[in-house]
Amino acid sequence: MATNKDQPVVGLFVTCLVDAMRPSVGMAAVKLLEAAGCKVVVPENQTCCGQPAWNSGDVNAARAAARPFLDAFDDCDHIVVPSGSCGGMLAHHLTELFADSDDSHAHKKAAEIAAKTSELTAFLHDVMEISTLPGRFAGRIAYHDSCSSLREMQVKDQPRALLRQIGADVVDLDKADTCCGFGGTFAVKFGDISGAMVDDKAEDIAAKSPDLVLAGDLGCLMNIAGRLSRRGSDLEVRHVAEVLAGEMQAQPIGAGNKG
Amino acid sequence: MEVSSEKFKQNVAAAVEDENLKGAMGKLTGALRPNRARAVSNLPEFDRLRDHGIAIKMHTLDHLDQYLLQFEENVIANGGHVHWCADEDSARQTILELCRRHKVRHVTKGKSMVTEELGLNDFLNSHGILPLETDLGEYIIQLRGESPSHIIAPATHLQRDDIAQTFREAHQHLDPDRPMDTAESLTEEARQALREKYGAADAGITGANFLIAETGSTIIVTNEGNGDLTQTMTDVHIVVASLEKILPTMDDAGVMLRLLARSATGQDMSVYTTMSSGPRRPGDLDGPEHFHVVLVDNGRSRMLAGSEREMLRCIRCSACLNHCPVYAAIGGHAYGWVYSGPMGKVMTPSLAGLEQTKDLPNASSFCGKCQEVCPMRIPLPKLMRNLRVKQTEASMTPLKQRFFLSLWSYLAARPAMYRLVTGLVTGTMRALARGRPVLRHLPLMKGWTDSRDLIVPEAGGTFFARYRKRQKGDGHE
Repeated sequence: MATNKDQPVVGLFVTCLVDAMRPSVGMAAVKLLEAAGCKVVVPENQTCCGQPAWNSGDVNAARAAARPFLDAFDDCDHIVVPSGSCGGMLAHHLTELFADSDDSHAHKKAAEIAAKTSELTAFLHDVMEISTLPGRFAGRIAYHDSCSSLREMQVKDQPRALLRQIGADVVDLDKADTCCGFGGTFAVKFGDISGAMVDDKAEDIAAKSPDLVLAGDLGCLMNIAGRLSRRGSDLEVRHVAEVLAGEMQAQPIGAGNKG
Repeated sequence: MEVSSEKFKQNVAAAVEDENLKGAMGKLTGALRPNRARAVSNLPEFDRLRDHGIAIKMHTLDHLDQYLLQFEENVIANGGHVHWCADEDSARQTILELCRRHKVRHVTKGKSMVTEELGLNDFLNSHGILPLETDLGEYIIQLRGESPSHIIAPATHLQRDDIAQTFREAHQHLDPDRPMDTAESLTEEARQALREKYGAADAGITGANFLIAETGSTIIVTNEGNGDLTQTMTDVHIVVASLEKILPTMDDAGVMLRLLARSATGQDMSVYTTMSSGPRRPGDLDGPEHFHVVLVDNGRSRMLAGSEREMLRCIRCSACLNHCPVYAAIGGHAYGWVYSGPMGKVMTPSLAGLEQTKDLPNASSFCGKCQEVCPMRIPLPKLMRNLRVKQTEASMTPLKQRFFLSLWSYLAARPAMYRLVTGLVTGTMRALARGRPVLRHLPLMKGWTDSRDLIVPEAGGTFFARYRKRQKGDGHE
């Protein structure tokens, strides 16, 4: 494994949602990691971490989906994820997923992955101690903490500290540690519960009258932006990486996205 | 109590539209959550206390048989009796026989979730024995013919006006124009109504928060003192408790009591902590002549041996309910049985079986707040996930879900094909949107689009398409 403290090799795990729905977030993450002095690689052999199946209780499907992932990041010192939720899957659940399997190689690989996985903002702040960020934003930001970032990846102060570095004023939501109701397939299977939860979140956000709504997880962002849009709100929603990287050319999530 | 969790989705649909319920649920964010947070922050050793409590519980569960037998021995030594009941039928019959043996017609009751599990009130009523709930919340829902919507605050789904209305209908001998607009006036009215009944009761039935093996004592905590009156003003005290309430020593109970009240209501201690160690002894000023403990298994032994074992650490504090955003959105009745919130999503399937409760463990976003606030750190999301695995193994999951997951895992295992399909799907979504930033309806995603818009994929191709272009040097950044 290449180990170079000055220029660590960082494998970006793009995540399936960023790949399909919001590529700008992935491009912004690459830019941020390069700005922090990392050598960035994006292994082709990655698809999804297996979380949808794992959380649905389908162990076989989750193992099948996660298997190509196991060897994809062999040459990286770190795996960095622009998502607390997928980060949590890699850092905590992948080892559980392969714990009872006959495949001891898979379990060993999962443990290696767990040990070198970080959420993007935590990695930039805690590991790379980044001091010069490409972005600049002098507005008022309502930051939503995803549950996995908060409880599985211990990410709370890092994105706020980075946002303050680029001149932003970050306001906390009244119910900052309450789930927005996304929860992956939960949002579709129990749409009315999830809808009530995200409405609560949208109200909490709207009450702060921010210039921009940010989070570090695209699932939460799609949920929140979708509800704000349904309520007729014109609040701008983005992933934190876009703002930190100064990559704000793309239209905000769910608004005026005409391409 | 009959399980109606198979109606979960219908219950939810009604609950999310219920404005009155929404108002009542404001108690969680307005009082219960901040109160707990304050109590915990005022006790610097709270987390160490939790570790201590968990160690006690794990040890006790490892030696459950031994401590239960020690408890029985000491209850008998104190002059009481222990009745072992494997299931709800045997528990109900045992209690009925005890009532008959002691010629009981009127029963006062302290709040007890295990008696709710047994459907005891209806059962006793059907045999001519009249139970009266003495906990304020339980009294209210008994008058209304409802079941508890919360494990420690049974009437939490109601607002003050609902309760005033209930009391007006129930207490028709009182002045119809009396003021009933404060919590105090309602409490006072219930207190007067109940006071008259304690002395007239032939037996008092209470639950137990803890059973103490070394002393043969049972402990209940209340904030109203109704438990004391229930058990001291009658000749017969019947304690109904499930097996996992056992603790080895009184010192252990000290640890648990400190955790319980803080986690539940944010109090340092509940107002009344009442210990019962057998019937009245010569020289005692009060106390019952007869003391019975009905020990109920009703599925606990099975849980002890199974993958839901950690759930038996639960001390019924309700912190997981109080902090759960799903519970806050739908209230307790939607869950369709005695237990609700995150602990209910594990308890109910564990005790009543997965078949009629299959929605419960699935109705969670896995936000993890429950585990964070649980004084016993029960890994509730993990236990719910275990139950989902069991459903998959038993082919109980919906066909649509199985189809989707196998298709998805097939593709995810084949990166090249996966990229191709991602491109097709995102392209299709963009085509459907015809230039708009969101989709307002999508047939397969109805659960999503009924309550929010679906974001359309960003223009310019998937990440991998773009990144490849950039690597080739012809991307424009």
